[in-house]
Amino acid sequence: MARAAPLKVIDAAGGNDVEESLYEVRKKIYPRAVQGWFARWRIALVAATQLLFYGLPWLTWNARPAVLFDLGARKFYIFNIVFWPQDFIFLTGLLVISALSLFLFTAVGGRLFCGYACPQTVYTEIFMWIERKVEGDRAQRMKLDGGSLSANKAVRKALKHALWIAIGLWTGFTFVGYFTPIKTLATELATWTLGPWETFWILFYGFATYGNAGWMREQVCKYMCPYARFQSAMFDPDTLIITYDAQRGEPRGSRGKSADYKAKGLGACVDCGICVQVCPTGIDIRRGLQYECIGCAACVDGCNQVMDKMGYARGLIRYSTENAIKRGLTPPQLIKRIFRPRVLVYMTLLSIIVCTLLATLYLRSPLKVDVIRDRAALMRETRDGKVENIYRLQIMNTDERMHSYVIKASGLQGLQVVPAGPVAIAGATTQSIAVTVQIDPAGIKPGSHNIMFHIEDKEQPSVRADEKSRFFVK
Amino acid sequence: MSDFTHDAWSIYIAVITIVSIAACLVLLFGFASRRVSTNDVGTTGHVWDEDIAERNNPLPSWWMWLFVVTVIFSVVYLVLYPGLGSFAGQYGWSSAGQYKDEQAQAAAAYGPILDKFLKQDVKAVAANPEARQMGQRLFLTYCAQCHGSDAGGSRGFPSLKDRDWLYGGEPDAIRASIMEGRNGMMPPMGAAVGGDEDVRDVMHYVFRLGGRSFDGIRATRGKAKFDTVCAACHTEKGTGNAQIGAPNLVDDIWLHGASDVAIMESITKGRKGAMPAHKGFLDEGKVHLLTAYVYGLSK
Repeated sequence: MARAAPLKVIDAAGGNDVEESLYEVRKKIYPRAVQGWFARWRIALVAATQLLFYGLPWLTWNARPAVLFDLGARKFYIFNIVFWPQDFIFLTGLLVISALSLFLFTAVGGRLFCGYACPQTVYTEIFMWIERKVEGDRAQRMKLDGGSLSANKAVRKALKHALWIAIGLWTGFTFVGYFTPIKTLATELATWTLGPWETFWILFYGFATYGNAGWMREQVCKYMCPYARFQSAMFDPDTLIITYDAQRGEPRGSRGKSADYKAKGLGACVDCGICVQVCPTGIDIRRGLQYECIGCAACVDGCNQVMDKMGYARGLIRYSTENAIKRGLTPPQLIKRIFRPRVLVYMTLLSIIVCTLLATLYLRSPLKVDVIRDRAALMRETRDGKVENIYRLQIMNTDERMHSYVIKASGLQGLQVVPAGPVAIAGATTQSIAVTVQIDPAGIKPGSHNIMFHIEDKEQPSVRADEKSRFFVK
Repeated sequence: MSDFTHDAWSIYIAVITIVSIAACLVLLFGFASRRVSTNDVGTTGHVWDEDIAERNNPLPSWWMWLFVVTVIFSVVYLVLYPGLGSFAGQYGWSSAGQYKDEQAQAAAAYGPILDKFLKQDVKAVAANPEARQMGQRLFLTYCAQCHGSDAGGSRGFPSLKDRDWLYGGEPDAIRASIMEGRNGMMPPMGAAVGGDEDVRDVMHYVFRLGGRSFDGIRATRGKAKFDTVCAACHTEKGTGNAQIGAPNLVDDIWLHGASDVAIMESITKGRKGAMPAHKGFLDEGKVHLLTAYVYGLSK
C-alpha cells in the first residue's frame, strides 16, 4: 500500500487525537448586526443590484420590454439591440470579461465578489435584515430558538417565513419576467393562466431563493460554490485580504477601558468576540485566512467599533496583505505592490477584450446572410449559352424594421444576379431566397472560381453583408 | 423490444445495475459510520509529497442524504423507464413513441393552417403570399435537391418554371406527379431508326418542326423515319403527349441537353427519368401547398 501511494503517516503522538466523523450536523450561525463603512457599501450594492434585477424587466423600449430573452423565438432584446443565436460570440465575450474581472478583482482585493455582489450574499443580506426586524438581533434570536414553542415564537417564525417566501416568489416572478414579457406575465398571474413552465420556474427560482438565502446560507459558499474554491488560487502574498494584525493584537485578553494594557503585557485585542459574532460564516478571523471567509469585512466594521469605544487605533482587523503584515509595509508601499505583473496582465487582457467587444458591437451589422450553394447540379447552361449557378441566400434582418436589400455578385467579369432585388424583408425575420447567378462563359477558365455576394440596403448602403461563395464554369 | 441476442444478457445487465446501486448505498453508509482521528492541528496525519497534509473537512449531514435521494431516484427511474436490461418500464416510454408523439403534436399545431388552405382551390392558394412562403419552405426541403432552389432544374431534372410540362401543368396533374411520382422512359431507338446518319436525319427533321436551323436534305430524309418511329409518342408535329410524358420536341427545351451529340444520344440510347412518389411521407395538406407553389412558379 505504501508503495502504491506515496503516503506516510506522521506519528501523531501528541495524545490530542480526536475521533471525527466524515459528516457533521451544521451548527446554526446567528450573525450579529454590524454598522460601519463596509456594511454601508454592502447595503449600497444590495440596493443597486436588486434595483437593477427587479426593475429592468419593467422598462419599456420601442413599445416592447427593454430587456427580454425570448427563448422560443431565439431573439434576445437588450435595449435597442436584438441579438440572434448567430451573435453568440457576444455572450462568449461577456463571459470572458466576467471571468477576467473576477480574476482581476480577486487578485487585487480578494473575494470582493463574494462579499458584496454575489446573489447568495445579497439575498442572504436581505433575508437576514428581515430576520432581524422580525426576531431581533443575535441574542434575541438565539433565545427565541432556544425557548420552547410559544405564541410569540410561532407568530414571529410564521411572519419571517411568510416574508421570505413572498420575496422568494417575487424574485422567481422577476426572473421569469426576463423570458416572458413581465407585463404579460403579471396579467397571466392575475387571471391565473400561467403556462406550466412559467409556473414551474417561478416556483423553482422562488424556492431556490428561499432555500438558499433563508436556510442554506454559508453552506452554499462552504460546500457548493465552485468560485469559492478557485478564487483562493488567485491569491498571492500581495492580495488584499481581511487580516487580523496578530503582532498588534496578541496576546489578547480582557481589560478595563482605562487600564494600561501594554504594562500588563497584553496586545490590543480585548477578546470581546465581536468579530466572531458578526461573521456570517461563523469563523474566527484571528486564526488567519480561512477558506470559509467570503471577504464581507463585517469583522472589520465590528472590531473598529470596539476599538473606537476603547479609544484604541482602528484597524486591528483590516484589509491588508500577507506581505504588508509580515514586512510591516506602509499603505503607499502596499498600494504600489498592487500593480504587480499578474494584475497588469489581467488589466491589459481585460481592456483589450472590452475594447474589442465594444467595437464589434458598434460595428455589428443588422444584416446577416448565409450563402448555400446548390450542390446537386454544379452548373447549368441556358439556351442562350450562358452558365448558371444557383444559390440559396438566407437573409436575416436582425433590425426591428423592414429593410429592402439589393443583391450583387463580384469576382468574375459580368456576373449577373437574378433576381437582383430589391427584396423586402420584414423586421426581425429571416427569409430564404433562391438566386441564379449567370455569366457568359466565353474566355473564362473552366473550373471553380471564388465569388463574393454583396447584399446591401437599398437606402442605407452602410447596412451590408459580404459573403464568399464559389462559381463553377464548365 | 429487446435488442439482446439472448435473454441472459438482459439479466446480466439488470444484475450489474442493481448490484451497482446497492454497492453505492453500502459504500455511502460504510463511510458515514467511519471515524477518522485528527491531531491537534486538525490533520489526519496523512502526508503526500513531503508537505501536503490531509485535513478532515466534514460535509454537512444533509449532503449524505442527497446521495440517498439519488439512489431513490435511480430506483424510481428504473421502475418507470427502460433501463433494467430489456424491462420496458411502467411508463412504456420509447424513443420511437416519443417521436410519434412529437409528430402528433406538430400535426395538431400545423394541421389547422394546412386545413385552411386545403379547403381552398389551388389557384387561390397560389395567389396567397403566406401560402407561397410555406410552399417555398416545403419546396426547399423536399424538392430543391433535384429541381434546384430556384426550381430551374438541371440536365435530366425538369425546370418547373418554364411553362413546359412533361405531364401537364394543371393543378391535378402537378398533384399527381408529386403524390404518385413519375417514371419517364424514352426507349433506345437506335436500332429502329437505323445507323448514325439516319439518327442525324431524324434530328434535323425535329429541328425543322421546332424552328431550329436545319439541313434541308437531312430533314426531308428524316421525316419518314420520324413519322413511323417517333410520332407514336411525340405526335406527328412533335408536340409531345402529356398523357404518357412524351416531351414536346418543338419548344426548344431540351431536358437532356440541346447539343447535337446529346440529342442523338437521346434517340439512340433512350433516356430514363424518375420522380419519386411523395405520398408516403407528405400528407395531403403539404402536397396541396407544394402543388400551389409549383403551379404558381410558372404563372
